[in-house]
Amino acid sequence: MTRRARTRLFLAAAAVIAAVFALACLRLPPFGTQTHPYADRAVEATMRQRTANTVSSVNFDQRAFDTLGEETILFAAVLGAVGLLRRTADERRTRPRPVAVLPSTRLFGAVMLPITLLTGVYIVGHGQLSPGGGFQGGVILATGVHLSYLAADYRVLDRLRHREALDRADALAAGTFAALGLIGLGAGAAYLQNVLHLGTFNQLVSGGLVPYINAAVGVEVATGVIVILAHFLDQTEEFAGGGKGGSR
Amino acid sequence: MSVVDLLPLTVAIPLVGAALLALSGHWIRRMGCDILTALFATAQAAVLLVLWLHTAHGSPGHSPASWVGGWTPHRGESVGIVLVGDPVGVGAALLAALLVLAVVAYSWRYFDEPPARMPGTFPALVLLFEAGMCGFAVTGDLFDAFVFFELMGTAAYALTGYRVEDPRPVQGALTFGLVNSLGAYCSLLGIGLLYARTGELGMAQIGHALGAHRTDLLTVAAFVLVLTGLLVKAAVVPFHFWLADAHAVAPTPVCMLLSGVMVELGVYGAARVYWTVFSGAGGIPAPAVRGVLVCLGVVTALLGAVMCWQQRHLKRLLAFSTIGHVGLFLVAAALLDPEGAAGFALYVAGHAGAKAALFALTGVLLDQYGSVDVHGLFGRAKALRRSVGLLFVAGGLALAGLPPFGTGLGKSFAEHAAGSWLPVLTALFVVVSGVTGGAVLRAALRMFAGAGRRPGESGGPQTSGEGEEPEVRDPGRRVPRTMIAVPAVLLAACLALGLAPGVGGVFGRAGALFVSRADYQAAAGLPGPGATAPPPPLPDWTTAGVALGLLSTALAVGLAAVAVWGPARRGATARAARRALAACSRTLVLPLRGLHSGRLGDDVAWLGAGVAALLGAFSLLR
Amino acid sequence: MSVLPFLVAGWILLVGMYGMVTSRDLVHAVGCLAVAQSSTYVLLLSVGFRHGGTAPVYSDIPTNARVVDPVVQALALTDVVVGATVTALLLALALQLQKRHGTVDPDALDGLRG
Repeated sequence: MTRRARTRLFLAAAAVIAAVFALACLRLPPFGTQTHPYADRAVEATMRQRTANTVSSVNFDQRAFDTLGEETILFAAVLGAVGLLRRTADERRTRPRPVAVLPSTRLFGAVMLPITLLTGVYIVGHGQLSPGGGFQGGVILATGVHLSYLAADYRVLDRLRHREALDRADALAAGTFAALGLIGLGAGAAYLQNVLHLGTFNQLVSGGLVPYINAAVGVEVATGVIVILAHFLDQTEEFAGGGKGGSR
Repeated sequence: MSVVDLLPLTVAIPLVGAALLALSGHWIRRMGCDILTALFATAQAAVLLVLWLHTAHGSPGHSPASWVGGWTPHRGESVGIVLVGDPVGVGAALLAALLVLAVVAYSWRYFDEPPARMPGTFPALVLLFEAGMCGFAVTGDLFDAFVFFELMGTAAYALTGYRVEDPRPVQGALTFGLVNSLGAYCSLLGIGLLYARTGELGMAQIGHALGAHRTDLLTVAAFVLVLTGLLVKAAVVPFHFWLADAHAVAPTPVCMLLSGVMVELGVYGAARVYWTVFSGAGGIPAPAVRGVLVCLGVVTALLGAVMCWQQRHLKRLLAFSTIGHVGLFLVAAALLDPEGAAGFALYVAGHAGAKAALFALTGVLLDQYGSVDVHGLFGRAKALRRSVGLLFVAGGLALAGLPPFGTGLGKSFAEHAAGSWLPVLTALFVVVSGVTGGAVLRAALRMFAGAGRRPGESGGPQTSGEGEEPEVRDPGRRVPRTMIAVPAVLLAACLALGLAPGVGGVFGRAGALFVSRADYQAAAGLPGPGATAPPPPLPDWTTAGVALGLLSTALAVGLAAVAVWGPARRGATARAARRALAACSRTLVLPLRGLHSGRLGDDVAWLGAGVAALLGAFSLLR
Repeated sequence: MSVLPFLVAGWILLVGMYGMVTSRDLVHAVGCLAVAQSSTYVLLLSVGFRHGGTAPVYSDIPTNARVVDPVVQALALTDVVVGATVTALLLALALQLQKRHGTVDPDALDGLRG
């Protein structure tokens, strides 16, 4: 198909899709409707489970199986990216060179790095109470580590993250989540059932299993993002040669 | 703990296995990884076998179900996720688990040189792929199905592109990933629309709540959007372009899983979603669904057969044969009756054995000769005639539906159901299985016997299969025993499926439960009448079934013989026939092949066109 | 215009798909896929909106406060993570493609056809 024919085919299709979708939207309940049956049940359940953050209760308790699947996707993507971005036989490793950085940038990095890491830990740790949780905090932790790349250079970043330890921590966190579910089965209840002591509403230790799953997710997201980024950075910083195009 | 509590373990077991592999791959080396993978794959298959025996032979009341997290419903309402263990769902998961087991055994000696830093990566990804497929097969929650659908996709993209040394896998995997993910997001949009209308996420719950509304354009849009992702995965025309590209380039063990079970799960998902969500009041009327989806199935089956016949790249040939068979599966499932569903389930199971065996044998050729090009291998594989050659021919015959292979029995069920709705569909089953089986037999004759003339170079767009990077480093080695044993066992399983007594009874019951909306709603905790009376069991083999199986096999053998020895025939009739064929090929087949450009833009444009066509059709027919 | 947020979701999907159809660069196409995916965030979050509702986090609001739908927020969060990881994997493939083929123009790749 020529590019023009392809675009025309798509535009004709898009016109039909747009028309039907728009007419369908007219049949939806109005924006801002008060009727949300599932939401009302979820709020009731979060109160019973003494988890102040309803979103965390849905993610790590009521629909924890979704989150298990989703963490597995992250794990699969990490394994996949590690496999796909491996150093092939025709590539050689080069030593990254030190880079000059403005002193002000360096100072900024040195100040922000610990603050960012602390914020990340706080966001993960308070997932069952306040907005945030394992995903959000994990991403902040991973970003924090990469401040060293911006404020110093690749060699500093490399010293800061121990590759193999991170690989293993990621696998361990993914396995831990699946294994935490077995507690329920062991206690004679269902898989992933929240059988731990629920604690006091709005306290740091509350929600039973939620903070533990939350922590496992936090570790997995943080390590997973660092590992994926590490392999992408390797491609630009360390590998040379190979293939037709060479490194980008 | 009851048997039903094992349902969530079908996701947890492979996941823990994958985590252990990634964790310890460095220390336990290749052998340790293989043993660990085999252990977890066996445990998974054992758990599913227990579940299947529990569910398939019938328990009083409805199908078993398990609420993850113990969120059992009160008055039909819950905030949790339900896993439903009906025979077809558990059977699909069991099929995936058994194929994974075969793949693990097959790749025991397949990749001789795993990437140095990470020996556990490939088997870990295979286990995650398994977790995705099993989770998708047993979940009774629409959003949860999306999550596992994406998990199965993510692992599959990574596995497809695994041999990064060769440029083509990367291209095939990228198209595969982009198109499938786009389809999945369309599905999620549809799930969002359904949530807006009903405020529910469980399939049975949505279906129940839809009853309070009239069927309107919102229902149609939601149905088509949810269906899009599933039909993309099932490679139904015009969503099929990614399949041949991905299958042609993926490592052989991965092809076995993709073609054997993942693609079929797309059809399974579409049928599941229709029955549980849209088959009642406020859904989509059955005649519309039957008409449109059977049409799609017919087109898919014919296109798959025609394109399969044109291929010289062996994996691509098998990939298009999968498209042809998926068309037949879709026809069977879209008949919307118990017998069609039973035929669909049995046909898929038999096909998985035959197709996985054929891919495994292709892997042996690639291992020995570094090529999967039928023309290039002309007469070169004579040394393997007695082992690989015989099995290859058996696979081709199984594909054609020769009794008593399981494919033949599944085909006869499906054919009978289709024929009693529309007699001409019987011919479709015979022709499509005959042509795809014939293409395999033709390739076998050329490669293992060097029969007929050496095929000439043809013009036009094609993928030759020459210059493949061998998937192993030492093409001269002896064929490892497991690489012959696994396809032999798979074919034997396919045969056993057709010969086992009472198969008709088991699958007939499974099909009846699959199409029973009442059973599913009762399993998911909704008040209702519960399961209906069990259906009369289907007969194992009928005279008509055997006759049609023999007919399609004869067609396959005849087509292969004509293709191999026909070009050498002299005489006016033969010349005229050749001229007519050439003209037909120029006007009809070449443009069709040209459409399969392997370009992302074309694939996405066709996806849009498919969505628009479905929206149009269902808007008019609702 | 109470349907506007829903229409925006449909528009975003089509724009993303248009980008994928006309793309000359696979990295751009992966970006367009992410655009198409954002339509699902917009739809989910607008479906879950409740007039006068606040965030469904009860640590500093009374337990009888009116909140927006927490379920769609959880779904959107799951969706974001899925999208980000799939994007990462696809970008890894695009990067290898550039190294092996020397191009990421989908129309310049002719390895698989017919």
